[in-house]
Amino acid sequence: MLKKSSFKRPNNALEGGEAAAEKKEMNEGVCVACPACKRMLFLDELSEALNCCPHCGHHLRLSARERIALTADEGSFAELWPGETGGDPLAFPGYADKLKKAHKASRESESVVTGTCRVGGSPCALFVMEGAFMMGSMGTVTGDKITRLFEYAARENLPVLGFTVSGGARMQEGILSLMQMAKISGAVGRHSDKGLLYLAVLTDPTTGGVTASFAMEADIILAEPGALIGFAGQRVIEQTIRQKLPEGFQRAEFLLEKGFVDAIVPRKEQRSVLGTLLRRHERGSAYAGV
Amino acid sequence: MQAYEKVSLARAAGRPTALAYIHGVFDDFFELHGDRFFGDDPALVCGIAELNGLSVTVIGLEKGGSTQEKISRNFGSANPEGYRKALRAMKQAEKFHRPVVCLVDTAGAYCGIGAEERGQGSAIAANLVAMMGLKTPVISIMIGEGGSGGAIALAAANEVWILENAYYAVISPEGAASIIWKDAGKVKEACEALQLTAADLARLGIVERVFAEKGDVFAALREALGQALPGYLALPAEKLTEQRYEKFRKVGRSEL
Ligand SMILES: [Zn+2]
Repeated sequence: MLKKSSFKRPNNALEGGEAAAEKKEMNEGVCVACPACKRMLFLDELSEALNCCPHCGHHLRLSARERIALTADEGSFAELWPGETGGDPLAFPGYADKLKKAHKASRESESVVTGTCRVGGSPCALFVMEGAFMMGSMGTVTGDKITRLFEYAARENLPVLGFTVSGGARMQEGILSLMQMAKISGAVGRHSDKGLLYLAVLTDPTTGGVTASFAMEADIILAEPGALIGFAGQRVIEQTIRQKLPEGFQRAEFLLEKGFVDAIVPRKEQRSVLGTLLRRHERGSAYAGV
Repeated sequence: MQAYEKVSLARAAGRPTALAYIHGVFDDFFELHGDRFFGDDPALVCGIAELNGLSVTVIGLEKGGSTQEKISRNFGSANPEGYRKALRAMKQAEKFHRPVVCLVDTAGAYCGIGAEERGQGSAIAANLVAMMGLKTPVISIMIGEGGSGGAIALAAANEVWILENAYYAVISPEGAASIIWKDAGKVKEACEALQLTAADLARLGIVERVFAEKGDVFAALREALGQALPGYLALPAEKLTEQRYEKFRKVGRSEL
């Protein structure tokens, strides 16, 4: 089932403040410190535990390929539109260089991987965002691939399963990134109008324009324990209201309490929960072709 | 003119705010309050008005005039209940097949504890899905600041128009300066790089029309809306939503 070889760690930590603190790599490639309890964890034991801390249960981040290996039935994943890259549409200062670094850090061409797979035997269209690619930020290629996936799923009568991790819309593609929010939302709506299921799993962190669009548009919204999920960044809120934020603010448990996610599902249970939910929405042969 | 100067004009004190356009462009505005769940957000006003004999639903992000009014309207930064009120107004417009005109002027959706507790992201997302599928015409006009998610939450429209000195951006220039340049002083550079002016947006295909800010702007908008809305109203619902879908679908579409 799971192969350790699929757990290649990205070269770099995620960009940005909180994100950078997440993966303090010690002894290069042998162990890491748990970002929550600070205990040293061997990478071997970590991947054995699906990248969850064996001591405190903290869910460490996963790459898109690790997610796919954990979620899809073995050998069932077929990638759609691999290797796609965008340009630098606004000739934004420093962006071309940032893209090069992101490719290197993530070993991905863009911040989302799309395709089809089976989960617990049920077929679905799948998108998985890649946090190591510019913090999973949503540029035009990200938006276009996710839009195309919903269009493809609508044509093929497939449910969509999506894993989000994102700092929001990508600043370096300016207004073109912002437009992806409306574009994806239109595709989600059309897919939904066909009576098809969209299942989202929000992972740490899911923020900004992704939260304010497709992350919050699923029929069933699941979250990983402890995941940071919100519209505004914590620093921005603190600067706006000039006070410290309460403990646990914008964490998955907070969103569950406030009524914005359906359930928190620990990583080790996800495969079975997702399989069950997909199966519950499978249409009998009587509906085929509708 | 430099992008930074445009942003300064968009934010200038004394610039007309949404209610001025509502009263200047439309007749007999009747305001509708409340989202029916939580409360009434004064940062977002909506209601029914008349334009050349046509009933129109008008929605505006209102910054307020006097200091006191600015505070009570949260400087035009809406909370989730504001966006939910707008959604209610749009659904009502759809029911009665009234066109919707949105007037956007906000630095951004509000970033506060309550806004997060009540699901700012969820509220904006719901508007985007609903607007993309709305079976009645929508025209959105950027009249001042078009601040990111808080602006597009009212701009998933058949056409997006903009005034000459308004802007529309993915992030505030100040935010971009501090995150990308790591230097709050690089706001001018950020304004240029973001390509947020009316001319930039027209060139990028994001806005369909730019209105000069000279002469009687209200009259120009009244005339333009009076010309555009009947045509959209005559379209069957599928054509209307298809046109809107394609408008956004083509932005950043890679060659396949
Ligand atoms: Zn731990």
